[in-house]
Amino acid sequence: MFHRRSVLKYVLFGAVSMLALQAGVLSAAAGETLKIGFVGVTSGPSAAWGTSNVRSMKTLADMWNSAGGVKIGDKTYNIDIVTFDDQKDPKRAIEGMEKMAQEGIHYVVGPNVDDTAAAVRPVAEQNKIIYFPYSFPKSLYSKPAENAVLGMVASYQSGPAIYKYLKENKGVKTIAFVAANESDPLSQRDAGVAAAKALGLDVLASTDTYQTGTTDFTPVLTPIVKLKPDLLVLSGVAPGDSPLLIRSARELGYKGLMSTETAQDAKVLQEGAGDLANGFISVGGASTPEIASDAMKAFVDHYTKMFGEYNDESNTKVYALQYIVDTMKADPKAIDNIGEFQKTIDGFSAKNPYLKDPNAKLTYVGMTSFGQKRQLSVPLVVNEFENGAFKTLFVGQVD
Amino acid sequence: MEQVVANGLYLGAQYALIALGLTLIFALMNVLNFAHGQMYVLGGFITYTIYGRLQFPFVMALLASGVTLAIVGALVEKILFRTVIRRSLREESTMLLAAAIAFFLDAVILLLFGEKQRGVPKIVPGVLDLDNLIIPYDRVLVAAIAAVLIVGFMVFMQYSKPGRAMRALAQDRVAAQLMGVNVDRYSAIGFALGAMLAGVVGGLLVAITGVNSGIGGAISIKAFMMVMIGGAGVVGGAIAGGFILGMLESVGLTALHSYGDITYLAIFIALMIFLSVRPRGLMGKPWG
Repeated sequence: MFHRRSVLKYVLFGAVSMLALQAGVLSAAAGETLKIGFVGVTSGPSAAWGTSNVRSMKTLADMWNSAGGVKIGDKTYNIDIVTFDDQKDPKRAIEGMEKMAQEGIHYVVGPNVDDTAAAVRPVAEQNKIIYFPYSFPKSLYSKPAENAVLGMVASYQSGPAIYKYLKENKGVKTIAFVAANESDPLSQRDAGVAAAKALGLDVLASTDTYQTGTTDFTPVLTPIVKLKPDLLVLSGVAPGDSPLLIRSARELGYKGLMSTETAQDAKVLQEGAGDLANGFISVGGASTPEIASDAMKAFVDHYTKMFGEYNDESNTKVYALQYIVDTMKADPKAIDNIGEFQKTIDGFSAKNPYLKDPNAKLTYVGMTSFGQKRQLSVPLVVNEFENGAFKTLFVGQVD
Repeated sequence: MEQVVANGLYLGAQYALIALGLTLIFALMNVLNFAHGQMYVLGGFITYTIYGRLQFPFVMALLASGVTLAIVGALVEKILFRTVIRRSLREESTMLLAAAIAFFLDAVILLLFGEKQRGVPKIVPGVLDLDNLIIPYDRVLVAAIAAVLIVGFMVFMQYSKPGRAMRALAQDRVAAQLMGVNVDRYSAIGFALGAMLAGVVGGLLVAITGVNSGIGGAISIKAFMMVMIGGAGVVGGAIAGGFILGMLESVGLTALHSYGDITYLAIFIALMIFLSVRPRGLMGKPWG
């Protein structure tokens, strides 16, 4: 005689057993798990910055795990991405890094901004964590600091290259800057002003700022547009603000060039500013068809399938996890020993899978900017927005 | 100078619309709706989805934003605020509840609509270009719609039965109840109306400034400032507060531009001095 409760109990037990067996089979097939962390901003007005990091990492991890895992030394690993939203708050960033330390994670991508990257430095150094921020203060990457590796091209590296190109190719002589009233954009603006002056450009405006959360930029741009600079630089502009700034400037009758040293998203520009964004210059990774490899295209497709929509900022953000894993492949002892990782950095070289050029390499750079190699060599690809898409203006390398 | 004044007036109209819903809810229920900015954002995303992605007419998208937020507002009042007001003796409880709703809506909006800035095609292309004045036509249209909405709202509050009932509630809740006003019903209508206003403004302005899941907090703070300037709970005060803030920003950003970023510092200092001299704001008294 069967009681309903007993039947249910046995059915549940059977289902749980089947699930556990399957999970066991799957994890046996993939081998061990290698956890890589992320601490950065995935909510609020700057959510796009951290979200593009997380999604890039999860996309790559999923691609590798689906293909059987990553072989490092004589073991194969499933990559598990552990994330923490720091909300751009230094206190939360510290909590996030402490959480990574508690989970035994030695490699963390992020944080995304100056304040949070500076805040986590003591925690990372105490807990032997190598972290890959997307913020630019040189003190993070110059001795005695050794644990941070810059994940992208810094504004003080791209700015001079962009201004020089525009001076030589588009006849730019005068320049103006506008920035959000926040640490990152202000420090990028100051670096940009210094670079412009060093190139002999006439700086017409360098103190105009707007509050975070501004949606109508017409009042702040009105006095700048009146000065008619050849080039208007949106220093450290968030992807959400750039179309609004562009639109306001163009509607006020501004006819000159506009640029930024941060990564942008083509769809956001198209939706927010449409044709008014044509000619806007920004920095991207391996984004344009002329230089993207098939592996890059496969990454973009996989990302789009996983998340419904691609974010062009991921063209730069794809590199961090790739570098971490490839460096471990070069020295498997680095998996849980950051000293080995740091030793490997100096001589490291691997094929860059995301560029068409078969000679393109992944290496660590930074001797010129920081006196030590504490920066991922991400191609400096300067894009121009044209009819809904980015086209490559020029490609360079930084050190 | 004409450009600066035009910028200020347009900004003021925008701010006044944003502040209206907040001040109405405060007038009726003595609740500072910290989720006001998030309701604005939700309205913006609904209009973006219906007009920008599904390509339905803009007016239909605006209506959808208004109706959705009215329903959200009514449900929030009936299920959450009414319960807390009945059970709690402390006024801070409703403020904490409003803050919690703000965080909740932030998370839901991010989940539903993603992290990217969204925009829609201009509802009216082109720019009015005079000698010393440039105004995009879509801003002229939005300013006109804002004026119509403000006037319509004031007429509704002054002459309609629900409007008179809500004004009575705002003046004296107990007396209104004794006079036969159904407090629960008109509180729900008032909250729904306030939320609807936030949603409609969000939808209207998505065509000008787009929408982003993270701007709710900043919108709420600006709305509080306008309400403080004009006087909490007074619709005329909210409108005045909006225009004053808009003009201060526009004039300040131009006049103080060569001194660096001190415009907002100057505005906040002026606000602190003003409130210490006149803490109830310009017109601070209940509706009526």
